[in-house]
Amino acid sequence: MAELDFDTRIDYYPTHEHQGIKYRRGHVLPFGATMVPNGVNFSIYSSAAYSCILVLFVKGANEPYAEIAFPEEFRIGNTYSMIVFDLDFELLEYGYRMDGPFDPESGHRFDKSKILSDPYAKAIGGRDKWLAPPDWDNIYSHRSRLVFEDFDWETDKPLETPIEDLVVYEAHVRGFTNHPSSGVKNRGTFAGAREKIPYLLDLGINCIELMPIYEYDEYEHSKTNPETGELLVNYWGYSTLNFFAPKSGYAATGKYGMQVDELKTLIKEFHKNGIEVMLDVVFNHTAEGDHRGPTISFKGIDNNTYYMLTPEGYYFNFSGTGNTLNCNHPVVRNMVLDCLRYWASEYHIDGFRFDLAAILGRAQDGSPLNNPPLLESLAHDPVLAKCKLIAEAWDAGGLYQVGSFPAYGRWAEWNGKYRDAIRRFLKGEEGLIGELSQRLQGSPDLYSTRGTSAGINFITCHDGFTLYDLFAYNEKHNEANGENNNDGNNDNFSWNCGCEGETEDEGINILRHRQIKNALSILMVSQGVPMVLMGDEMGRTKYGNNNTYCHDNGLNWMNWDLIDKNSDIYYFAKHIINFRRNHPVLRNRDHFRNSDYKNTGYPDISFHGVHAWNADWSKSSRVLAIMLDGGHAKNGYTTDDTIYVAINMHWEALPFEIPQLPENKNWHVSVNTDMPPPHDFHQINKEAVLENQSSCILGPRSVVILVGK
Amino acid sequence: MEIKIKTKNNILIITLKGSIDSKTAPEVQQKVLESSVNSKNVIIDLTSVDFVSSAGLRVLLMLYRQIKVKNGKVVLVGVSEEITDIMSMTGFINFFEIIDTVENALNTY
Repeated sequence: MAELDFDTRIDYYPTHEHQGIKYRRGHVLPFGATMVPNGVNFSIYSSAAYSCILVLFVKGANEPYAEIAFPEEFRIGNTYSMIVFDLDFELLEYGYRMDGPFDPESGHRFDKSKILSDPYAKAIGGRDKWLAPPDWDNIYSHRSRLVFEDFDWETDKPLETPIEDLVVYEAHVRGFTNHPSSGVKNRGTFAGAREKIPYLLDLGINCIELMPIYEYDEYEHSKTNPETGELLVNYWGYSTLNFFAPKSGYAATGKYGMQVDELKTLIKEFHKNGIEVMLDVVFNHTAEGDHRGPTISFKGIDNNTYYMLTPEGYYFNFSGTGNTLNCNHPVVRNMVLDCLRYWASEYHIDGFRFDLAAILGRAQDGSPLNNPPLLESLAHDPVLAKCKLIAEAWDAGGLYQVGSFPAYGRWAEWNGKYRDAIRRFLKGEEGLIGELSQRLQGSPDLYSTRGTSAGINFITCHDGFTLYDLFAYNEKHNEANGENNNDGNNDNFSWNCGCEGETEDEGINILRHRQIKNALSILMVSQGVPMVLMGDEMGRTKYGNNNTYCHDNGLNWMNWDLIDKNSDIYYFAKHIINFRRNHPVLRNRDHFRNSDYKNTGYPDISFHGVHAWNADWSKSSRVLAIMLDGGHAKNGYTTDDTIYVAINMHWEALPFEIPQLPENKNWHVSVNTDMPPPHDFHQINKEAVLENQSSCILGPRSVVILVGK
Repeated sequence: MEIKIKTKNNILIITLKGSIDSKTAPEVQQKVLESSVNSKNVIIDLTSVDFVSSAGLRVLLMLYRQIKVKNGKVVLVGVSEEITDIMSMTGFINFFEIIDTVENALNTY
């Protein structure tokens, strides 16, 4: 029997013709533009349009070469679909015109003079190369394009590493390698990041979290710095044009339209090296701003569906950026779900971090929901079942849900309380020992039923000071942002160690380095999932600027020469990260039971201070030590060395009495941040035996980590 | 697009000239896949190819897949630095052996 060919299908043949272009009725699903035998299937939704026109361009042309109105019989419900034949997949750019009411009070803002980008487009043209000067007279700036979805993944799939075993590295694709010191061939691109995989592996990283890589417009709200004349741009990218398209300007091959293959190749290589890839996704708003913003896509297709609107038809602004995506509208909810499924299945993404995720739990009128359908759908989705789902559990509208984010047994959170408590403790505030002990244990006070892995522990992230700046600046210094230092957070819980900014004072610089090592030590011995900000491992500075969203320069480009300048920080960071990776006792999934349920003679966790077995919980205390029994590692499922961590944030040195080990074991020194490099740590498995097994001196503001074996 | 096909020592040698893009890819695909139906070993000479687009890269990969099931080998010859870069960044390069000249490629079989 002959094989069944595509051309034996009836829908292989057109039924209609317009200006020489042949087409026929299409398939309603999937939405977007899908390559089918002999043509492309277009499908789009609008609940309130009177009619819809498909607009076709040859790539780069000023004017469209065809506009095909969807015949009324092609509309099913509120969807328009058609198959157009004989299109050049690579040279096609397409968009839509929608005719409908312009009646803002009813939520409608149709404008048929505008050509609209497809919310489901898989690639967007117009910003193909980073900061290439745009044609401002373009009648259609962000053009929908087709992509081949046949990437050869071979045996690759998402890694499914247990979340508590991850060490997350938060990075910006461009910032990671755009500095000349990166030494890569294609700076600031996906291809450039690939060249740095060996570096990340050596550092001990097994998960990279990429700041937004969905297509955005770096020129959005661009302006000139009045002082320097420098162009300020939308650098971070927290303003999405399209949720399915990767940022072309991050691909060295973006100018050839190959960004999809370049990104997939990067992910495949990360996976080959055991590194997971997480995306920072921004579903709380879009790049269309408020009523004064441009009409690019959603606003002209179905404003009422896609945005949360006030009763007067203005935009709710829970995101602080002009508009709010209407996430719990069933149609938008499906789009978000389709989008995440697409990235998980087509791009093999391992997890997602949701920017201002509290918004995803708001109803269409903006009120917080008890049982938000979107969050529930994501938690139970079959495709996303093994993906990490991480919420930034607050929004700009005052909803703060750290510890109370609707989790459905799945969701983890950026633990903002961890960040604040550790910062305050490190700068020497009193009254924090109780909270410190909770944070070290994986915050059971916040996540009593959700386990330690519900919390992503971090001290720094892209937003705010770098770790170095946390100990070099008391105040933010955001003048370069052109807003008279009014932007950015004022509550940094930072301490400059005695001098604001750079100094030649050796004592201050030594203290700063020690504080960075203290911070990294606390982060890496805490239960939960640690996240490190790109560059903190080498003492990266943003010179006190805590809101560098607009800078395409050295404030955001990681200077790789810092590895040499701050070599002690770099080697220490590498040590402490790998120390965590080597010790399962630091990576429980469930909370400690505060008991000896394995009959080892020691409880799983015990608390100490200057005196063993006697922690000082008083208000004036700045001292805490914990001992994690190796017999209870991974909640008792495996065994490890016993680890003792002593932390002294007092300004004076203090003697610590150390708990006794069983007779056949000795304490060995892994870390003593008070010691000058290279004696601040000992290589894993080459730790020196502690001279006095029953006590040790902790220098002022320092951390000691001992391994009992 | 010029396509020349010959056989030497049971090895199919395909010489292409021009750009392999969405305009030319269908013709290249048809001719290359047809001519290699009975071959296990293929050399593709890209010395005179100035650009390979997404569609073009996919034609090469399709040929690779067709030959791979026969446990054969595809060697690319005369690949310009730019095309090598593009193939490397988009991952396509991993599937092919790249040799400088046809003569040297013949010696690898």
